[in-house]
Amino acid sequence: MENNNPLSPHLQIYRWQISSLLSITHRIVGVVNFFAIILICLWVMLLIFDQSYYSTIFIILDSSFGKFLAISLCWTFSFHILNELRHLFWDAGYGFDLKVARITGILVLFGSFVLTILFYFLGRSIF
Amino acid sequence: MAQFNLPQNSKIEVGKYFKDKTNSKNLKKVNVYRWDPSTGKNPRVDTFEVDMNNCGPKVLDILFKIKNEIDPSLTFRRSCAHGVCGSCAMNIDGVNGLACIKSHTDISGDLNIYPLPHLKVVKDLIGDLTTLYKQYESIQPWLKVDQTGEEKIELKQSQKDREKLDGYYECILCACCSTSCPSYWWNGDKYLGPAVLLQAYRWINDSRDGDKKERLKKVADELKLYRCHTIMNCTNSCPKGLNPAKAIGSIKKMLATS
Repeated sequence: MENNNPLSPHLQIYRWQISSLLSITHRIVGVVNFFAIILICLWVMLLIFDQSYYSTIFIILDSSFGKFLAISLCWTFSFHILNELRHLFWDAGYGFDLKVARITGILVLFGSFVLTILFYFLGRSIF
Repeated sequence: MAQFNLPQNSKIEVGKYFKDKTNSKNLKKVNVYRWDPSTGKNPRVDTFEVDMNNCGPKVLDILFKIKNEIDPSLTFRRSCAHGVCGSCAMNIDGVNGLACIKSHTDISGDLNIYPLPHLKVVKDLIGDLTTLYKQYESIQPWLKVDQTGEEKIELKQSQKDREKLDGYYECILCACCSTSCPSYWWNGDKYLGPAVLLQAYRWINDSRDGDKKERLKKVADELKLYRCHTIMNCTNSCPKGLNPAKAIGSIKKMLATS
C-alpha cells in the first residue's frame, strides 16, 4: 500500500550550518573545477593549431570579464584544496569534534580568500 | 535524482491564527506545523500567541500549554520529558532537537516547530520512522557470541574496553541526527543514516561481540555507508551531544585499514 501522507519539509526549513554550507559548496566547486580544468586544457591545446587562437583567448581573459573569471577560478581551486585537506584529516580520524570542525571550517573559508589573493598576485608577477 | 521540492500534497499552506485571550503583555508567536489525516487537505502552519509569563522554560512546555489551553487537537509524541526517551524529537527553530530539553528562552523572535524533516507525516508533529527502525533491525543490534548458553560463564569486559563504548551507548535513537542529514533525505531508503551507523559502530566496537568482521563486511557498502559525506548536520543536532559523524568516520577508517 502506498503511503500518501505528506512529506515533512526538509531543505525548506532546515537551518544552514557552517559544516553543511561548506559541504555543498565543496561539491559545487568540485564540478566547476572539473569543467574549468577541461577548458584550460582545451585552451592550451589550441597552441598546437595556431598561436592566434591562443592569443584571442588571452585577450578575452585580459578583459574585465576574463579577470573576474580567472579570480573566481582561483577561489574555487583554493577552496577545494583547503576543504579537501579537511576531508583528508577526517579520513585519518581527526577533526570530528564539533568545535574543531567549526574552527577548521571557518579557517577554510577565510584561507580560501587569502589563497585567492596570493594566487592572483603570484600569477600577475609571473605573466 | 533527489527531489528538492516538496510534492504537491505536502505544500504548506497558511493556517489558523489563534489570538491571545489572556491579555498578557509577554507574548510569543509560535508557528506549528499541522496536518490532519481525516481532512484530506494539505498541511498548514498554525500560529499561536502564547502567554510567556505563565509558561515553563522548555519548548515542550509551550506545546503542552497550547494543547491544554488553546487547541486540544494538537498532536505530538512525548514521554519522559527529561531527554531520556527521545519521543519528542522535532525540528525546533530550524534544527532538530528534543522539545523537552530545548529551552525556548534561547530563541529570539517567533518560534517555528516542524516535525522531523523528510518523513511521512502521521499527524501534526509525528513523523513515520518505520524505515529507520527496519534499518536499525538490519544491523542486528544485539550481542553475538559463540557461546551456546550451556557454559554459564559471564562475558567479562575490561574497564578500558568498556570505555570504548562511551559516547556511543548513550544514543537514545530519537532520530534527530538521521533526519537532519541531507544525504539521508535523498537516499533514506538505501543509506543507513547516522543514527543506525552509530549503533552499528557501537556493536562493532564492543569487545565482547564475536561477529566484528561480519558486521564490518555487512556495513561496507557504497550506499549503506559511503553516502556519508561528512556534512556533520548529525553531530550539530544530536541532543545528547554525541558524534555520529565520528562514529561513521571510525567505521570508514576501520574498513580502510583492515
